[in-house]
Amino acid sequence: MREPARKIRVQCEINGQVLRLEAYPMVRLLDVLRQQAGLTGTKEGCGEGECGACSIEMDGALVNSCLVPVLQADGAAIRTIEGIANGAELSAVQKAFLEHGGAQCGICTPGMILAAKNLLTRNPQPSESEIREGLAGNLCRCTGYTKIFESVVAACHPARPGE
Amino acid sequence: MRGEADSLAAIRRQTPTMATHQIGKPVQRKEGREKVTGSARYVDDISFPGMIFGVTVRSSVARGKILSIQFEAGIPWDEFAIVTAKDIPGKNCVALLIEDQPCLADQVVNHPEEAVVLLAHPDKYLLEEARRAVRIEIEPMPAVHTMAVSLSKEQVIWGDDNIFKAYQIEKGDVDSAWNAADFIVEGEYETGAQEQLYIEPQGMIAKANPAEGVTVWGSLQCPYYVHKALLRLFGLPKELVRVVQTETGGGFGGKEEYPSMIAGHAALLAWKSGKTVKMIYDRAEDMAATTKRHPSRTRHRTGVRRDGKLLAMEIDFALDGGAYETLSPVVLSRGTIHAAGPYACPNVRIRSRAVATNSPPHGAFRGFGAPQSVFALERHLDRVASAVGLSPEELRRRNFIHEGQTLSFGQVVQEKVDMNKLLDRALELSAYHEKQSRFQQENAHSVIKKGIGFAAFLHGAGFTGSGEEYLASEAMVEATRDGKIRVCAGSTEMGQGTNTVFAQIAADALGLDCERIEIMQPDTALVPNSGPTVASRTTMIVGKLVESAALAIKKSLMESGFVKEGYSGGEFAEACRQYIDTSGELRSLVKYQHPKDLHWDDGNYHGDAYGAYAWAVYVAEVSVDVRTAEIRVDDFVAVQEVGKVINPVLAAGQIEGGVAQGIGFALYENVVWQEGHMVNGQMTNYIMPTSMDVPPIRVFFEEIPYSRGPAGAKGIGELPLDGTAPAIANAVANATGADIRELPITPEKLIEKLDTVHA
Repeated sequence: MREPARKIRVQCEINGQVLRLEAYPMVRLLDVLRQQAGLTGTKEGCGEGECGACSIEMDGALVNSCLVPVLQADGAAIRTIEGIANGAELSAVQKAFLEHGGAQCGICTPGMILAAKNLLTRNPQPSESEIREGLAGNLCRCTGYTKIFESVVAACHPARPGE
Repeated sequence: MRGEADSLAAIRRQTPTMATHQIGKPVQRKEGREKVTGSARYVDDISFPGMIFGVTVRSSVARGKILSIQFEAGIPWDEFAIVTAKDIPGKNCVALLIEDQPCLADQVVNHPEEAVVLLAHPDKYLLEEARRAVRIEIEPMPAVHTMAVSLSKEQVIWGDDNIFKAYQIEKGDVDSAWNAADFIVEGEYETGAQEQLYIEPQGMIAKANPAEGVTVWGSLQCPYYVHKALLRLFGLPKELVRVVQTETGGGFGGKEEYPSMIAGHAALLAWKSGKTVKMIYDRAEDMAATTKRHPSRTRHRTGVRRDGKLLAMEIDFALDGGAYETLSPVVLSRGTIHAAGPYACPNVRIRSRAVATNSPPHGAFRGFGAPQSVFALERHLDRVASAVGLSPEELRRRNFIHEGQTLSFGQVVQEKVDMNKLLDRALELSAYHEKQSRFQQENAHSVIKKGIGFAAFLHGAGFTGSGEEYLASEAMVEATRDGKIRVCAGSTEMGQGTNTVFAQIAADALGLDCERIEIMQPDTALVPNSGPTVASRTTMIVGKLVESAALAIKKSLMESGFVKEGYSGGEFAEACRQYIDTSGELRSLVKYQHPKDLHWDDGNYHGDAYGAYAWAVYVAEVSVDVRTAEIRVDDFVAVQEVGKVINPVLAAGQIEGGVAQGIGFALYENVVWQEGHMVNGQMTNYIMPTSMDVPPIRVFFEEIPYSRGPAGAKGIGELPLDGTAPAIANAVANATGADIRELPITPEKLIEKLDTVHA
């Protein structure tokens, strides 16, 4: 499986920063993010779009970056786990995962947080079954999902000051 | 300051209430921030300058003689580091209990995934091409693929008789007890292999050369197991081998023994190439080649009196160990000891054997043999109850073990236990009786049959028998000049909460906040050998060492007069500075001392198998669509007594995650074998529970502090795997009348059973 000989130029915006790179067109976006952009927060769990550990947002849609050839990312706006917090200030979803035990071994956590954030952007007050469905593409072997559901619920009902 | 645990415990009792209590609080995960921001560094996130990559070329047949290894044309082989068995500087083995498993197959292969050739190159793509261009010619030999054939000894593939290990437990006089029985109930039960399916695959980075020795960084549970294996493989002195655990994305037993193999492979390539080598398995290789839960077959013969009193239990328990011994004797041991459950039957005989087949070795997986034997027992007891005409709960109540009574392997229960209370609570919380009668009425008119079932069980914490004495684990606590506390232990964090629990234990012992506690990254150059991170032993056994060491630090500071009871964090820090400036370092290394009142006889397999047990009753509610034979778990109640809960969020998380794995074990996770090779080694066709498949998992703790545990804690990690599957199987039987004997209960298997029911 030798690669095609010619690299192509790709330009995309990752976490608000423009990235220009040369890559073989069918290289996985996952590898470009991890190896060329140095963004190792996006994980590889299966390489076939089943586990969701490599979930990122591309133009607002949640995708498995292991299934996206980099040529498809040309001109796209991408968000990875590294772009979720606002500087040192964690996002509501990240805080909720931290406070409610949503992360155990942590390997599914970046993808799970992306999936949760994407769900809450589309549907700020999801029902329990909508949360289950929204996270169904992200496998977690540690938590049994219970604390992840609790984290997502907490993220859409952040405690008001004084509570 | 070794071995002062007893006197320190006394000090602890005299210590007045401290300003900060850390035990029992939902303290946030110590490394949580790194995990939620994606900055935690797992092995594949780490790079070294000049690092190259390694891959493994494996056998393709289950058993045979290696005739030749050919490197096909078209690959620039001179650019590759190529390693075979003859390149191994020390002994060609993966040292564990014994040394039967080679690190690289030499002359013969004994399973279809056995590593034969290793390749390394800077270009991953070319490397993959090269892997496919290695031809290993093997002359096939007769192979064994089932336990029955292995036990028949038609073909001997390991040792003299295919038996890795056999145990026999005898309590009372089984042979004379049958006559008094009003009913004798027999049954055979099977469970399949289960893949750990940690989401981070196995991976290792190695640097190795004769001058500096071998260093590996990787995803692993037991740094000192890997250390031992590398010493043997390279024939190096201890100080020239170093093992560092990187952030580990789940283990569940799957990273107990296999990391020794992949560490050996990466290190051999590094040794040969002179470069740093990274080896990361992809999912398919990880699933096919690494260890899984042992398949099992259990036969029960039970004599019971008309009033439900168990008179005799005869249990024959067999595990499929795969091609090499690895940990099978220990897995078999735990499965054997748990096979008769939390019951006080006067006459018990348990015979057990772990046998060889030509599949990759089966190994550690959370529960370690107990989920297999507990499934058989708890499913069988529902059948016994039905034969006697008692309800499942009444049969258990009449036989539950009580304080002062003797378990099957001769241990008199000394700690407080109240199984009836756990059962009452579990049945009440699950509305068991109300639902059972309601479902019975509703099922008559519906194609969706609902059912509810439970399992009662125990799980021993720590190594079995004399295991802890033999391990003689150590942990160290050290104070720094700026008043920080550093916990140095070989116990690993893999998601289960070691870092946080150790921080809470140390903080509580010292009356400090958890923020003052640092947990050292496990690195054999820097931390003592605390034993493996397995067997539900980390909190209970190593946590106790951490507690004792922390109390010793406190004692030193108090005796020095630099600080008085009731100190603030600032005063503590000041005292540390003064102590270190005047007396040098402030640290305490504590070594495990086996309680004098625990006795175990390895020869007769008799005595105090574990210092403590967690006790539990789990209830599952299911619905079964009889048209499709699809099963859904609708509700799950898990009630357990685990001693003092150190961190309620982490503890509940352990149970919830374990129950989800148990649901997978019960219903979905089906390894399909073809001549010793897993043919469904993908997440696409090996199905684990998703967020859509798990019910609400409702977790409840009873807390009876354990006298020898840190702050009264016992072990909990493995417990939930034992009882989940039998509770579900009993619920499916309750819903449909199908006599479930085998896990996983796939629709294909259930539909056959349903045909029998309706025939």
